[in-house]
Amino acid sequence: MAKFKCNICGQTFEADKMPDKCPVCQADKTHIQEESVSEAQTATKKKGLDTGSNTYTVAYAAVMVIIVAFLLAFVSSSLSGIQNANVENDTKGQILTALGYDKASINVGEVYDQNVKDNLWDKENLQLKPYDGKFKTTYGSAVKAGELHVFTATAADGSPAYVIPVTGRGLWGGLWGYIAIDQAKQTVLGTYFYHEGETAGLGALIGDRPFQEQFIGKPLFADGIEGIALTVVKNGTPKKGPYQIDGVTGATLTSNGVANMIKDGLGAYDTFINNK
Amino acid sequence: MKLFSDENKAAFSNPLNLNNPVTVQVLGICSALAVTSQLKPAIIMGLSVTVITAMSNLVISLLRKTIPNRIRIIVQLVVVAALVTIVSQLLKAFVYDVSVQLSVYVGLIITNCILMGRLEAFAMQNGPWASTLDGLGNGLGYAWVLVVVGFVRELFGSGRLFDIQVIPDSWYAVNGGWYMNNGMMVMPAMSLIIVGCVIWAHRSLNKEEQ
Repeated sequence: MAKFKCNICGQTFEADKMPDKCPVCQADKTHIQEESVSEAQTATKKKGLDTGSNTYTVAYAAVMVIIVAFLLAFVSSSLSGIQNANVENDTKGQILTALGYDKASINVGEVYDQNVKDNLWDKENLQLKPYDGKFKTTYGSAVKAGELHVFTATAADGSPAYVIPVTGRGLWGGLWGYIAIDQAKQTVLGTYFYHEGETAGLGALIGDRPFQEQFIGKPLFADGIEGIALTVVKNGTPKKGPYQIDGVTGATLTSNGVANMIKDGLGAYDTFINNK
Repeated sequence: MKLFSDENKAAFSNPLNLNNPVTVQVLGICSALAVTSQLKPAIIMGLSVTVITAMSNLVISLLRKTIPNRIRIIVQLVVVAALVTIVSQLLKAFVYDVSVQLSVYVGLIITNCILMGRLEAFAMQNGPWASTLDGLGNGLGYAWVLVVVGFVRELFGSGRLFDIQVIPDSWYAVNGGWYMNNGMMVMPAMSLIIVGCVIWAHRSLNKEEQ
């Protein structure tokens, strides 16, 4: 049943389809218009359900929340296995990138297992012990708890290397990275940095290879500087030595974050790095 | 009912041009500011908003007759938040690289005013198919503005497109050339000025339609 209105006599009437003439004043059908009935009205009429009542509103909210909660819990628990595997694989890829491998062109899991070993540094006895716990994907809290992970590895060029995980803070959130150093613990072989959410096009550039490749072959130490000398300085400042790396233009705070991350991160491993 | 009746076509094509969410309704420009310093995040953000707008429009349109009027905004918000969470979980599980690139933008999608605007203005009154088209149209209407802004900012701000250098090194002043990147372009405020220019151009092209 639809409603029609005649524009000549102004009468409204109901019919199944458009009539040929107005049943009241006999005007031609060109003067008759179909009246649209809002869908909300028809819905309430059809179901006889009062969607405005308090009981309905409360029940609707409760049911909706329960359904959504179960749905999200189900999705999250059924996918967490695959997600963790992805994160683990990605972390291994990051370590391999620091070692000079191109993670896009290799099978990350296989190459990692062949070339990298996870160790713990024993501060008291000054020796590395194999780590056989669960592979970690973040190292900030581990270092704070005194659990110093050191990866012994074979770099992409075949030379033996150590990889040290570091964490820090940038402008908007956390930063982390892996620094590969040679066996003499003097020179950087490669780095990998990434961030939670630095500004795209500015701070986020620390996650790109051109910034990271600047570190290759740079010394950790310099004469006259105590502790780790390797640092990041404002782009364009004259260098005092090869241990100073150009920061990202327009992202001073992120660059400072990287500098602090290197200083504090490697600083936490001082007993390992200074142990010849 | 035809799949592509005139009304459905209009639901899809109006937001691309004459009723564009960004240039005409000036919605969603907050996120345009955050993600447009490069072309790639702008495109990813545009596509994600398109998918989420279409899907939430569809769900709300299917539920529209049952939603209690007084809590409809809350219902819409729950649907959007649930959808975004599920999509981001799926991305993390099956296309991990994309989810890393999206990182913070996923959260920005929930707060995008275009979404709530379309749910309230269109999906609550129209059928599922028309609503889906409307969502796609509005998402793409938002995406093209983002892409234009991202293109201008990346090209003039850092001389690159999709992270690939397009302005020859020899043009740069440091190498003896005449060219310099415009540092203003990478600043967030510049995106609003460019959006303003896009709105200006768009409105003067469509003067008679207003």
